[in-house]
Amino acid sequence: MVHEWALAESIAMYVARVSKGRNVRRLVLSIGRLQSVDIEIFDFALKELLNEGNVVVDELKYLNEEILLKCRKCGFEWSPSLESLGSEVSECIHFIPEVIHSYITCPKCNSRDYDLLSGRGVKVVEVVLEEGGQ
Amino acid sequence: MDPRLLVISKRMEGVKAVVPAMSPKGGVGKTLIASSLALAFAERGRKVGLLDLDVTNASSHIVLGADLNESKPLEEKGVVPPLINGVKFMTICYYSGGNPLPLRGGDVDEAIKEVLATVIWSQLDLLLIDTPPGISDEVLDVVNYISEPRPLIVTTPSKLSIASIEKLLRVLSENGVKALGVVENMVVSEESAIKDLAGKYGVELIGRIPYDPFIEKSIGDVRILKSTSFFSKVSSLADKVLVKLGL
Ligand SMILES: Nc1ncnc2c1ncn2[C@@H]1O[C@H](COP(=O)(O)OP(=O)(O)O)[C@@H](O)[C@H]1O
Ligand SMILES: [Mg+2]
Ligand SMILES: [Zn+2]
Repeated sequence: MVHEWALAESIAMYVARVSKGRNVRRLVLSIGRLQSVDIEIFDFALKELLNEGNVVVDELKYLNEEILLKCRKCGFEWSPSLESLGSEVSECIHFIPEVIHSYITCPKCNSRDYDLLSGRGVKVVEVVLEEGGQ
Repeated sequence: MDPRLLVISKRMEGVKAVVPAMSPKGGVGKTLIASSLALAFAERGRKVGLLDLDVTNASSHIVLGADLNESKPLEEKGVVPPLINGVKFMTICYYSGGNPLPLRGGDVDEAIKEVLATVIWSQLDLLLIDTPPGISDEVLDVVNYISEPRPLIVTTPSKLSIASIEKLLRVLSENGVKALGVVENMVVSEESAIKDLAGKYGVELIGRIPYDPFIEKSIGDVRILKSTSFFSKVSSLADKVLVKLGL
């Protein structure tokens, strides 16, 4: 099992912590494209881990978040294509998304000083708990 | 709360002691000492890890003599660092591919959270951490995210360095972090103003390493490094650290 497992672990721990033994009616996660998370593997790992922790989640939803970068030097905003970087580089970015700064510069001014406005990695968007205790 | 912070203590579960090398001043020997200490612990048969958290300027792989194209972490329910010269070694350089990695503080913090949340250290006697100069994201992240770190404060005899470590000692003490000791590096004379300062903060001066003019030639070749007088001093420091930590 790959690195997705480690990412799912922190989400499972987080959900267990906020649900405090109650059932979760809805869990919505956003998956940033930059990290190229394999959602199938992630989903498998997360369900396994939630199960181990006796956390019941009725509905689990994934939203894809597009990558948006903004240059701090010239203000340009763009969405880079990861495909053009090749699979080896995408793999590096998969582990630590910030290393994108090692591979991409601003298309307008060539600066590496840009912000990742969106699309970085896995985020919890919404946890809706069932009413009352269990 | 960031979900990744919850998993960090689990990742560190099997690690008996976390020892970051710190000093607000650059060029005092943090990288050389942290990397050499890791080699010395490995030589003593200890399970030791080295994490390079000088994110934008990682360089401990050079001291370890690591070929980053040859040795890569494995994926196994997380990221498992390879053993390099007996040291379980993690650096962002596995992924930055020899390119520059200029980052703003927020991105440094993100990268560190990612590393701490995904790297599987398993069982370690010691995890050494190399940190950059300054009292910024890397140092604050170690203080905030890792439970009970025992920093080794590195300084030269220079007034400029001593003034800096006093600020660090204050920040650590405000955070309830107990420094393991102060190491005086590049010592050129017998006298030391550091002992008093360390004492003021209840920290022991646990090592004095002389200036070694031959060290430069040894960087990148672990065999030569281990034959230097610098390394023999670091080895004594390693023994002292083990005693202090009760390991
Ligand atoms: N005891 C020593 N004798 C001679 N040179 C040293 C000694 N300790 C460190 N150096 C050299 O000083 C420079 C800075 O060391 P480094 O470990 O990179 O410092 P830091 O990580 O604190 O910035 C390097 O060139 C290193 O080889
Ligand atoms: Mg350094
Ligand atoms: Zn630009």
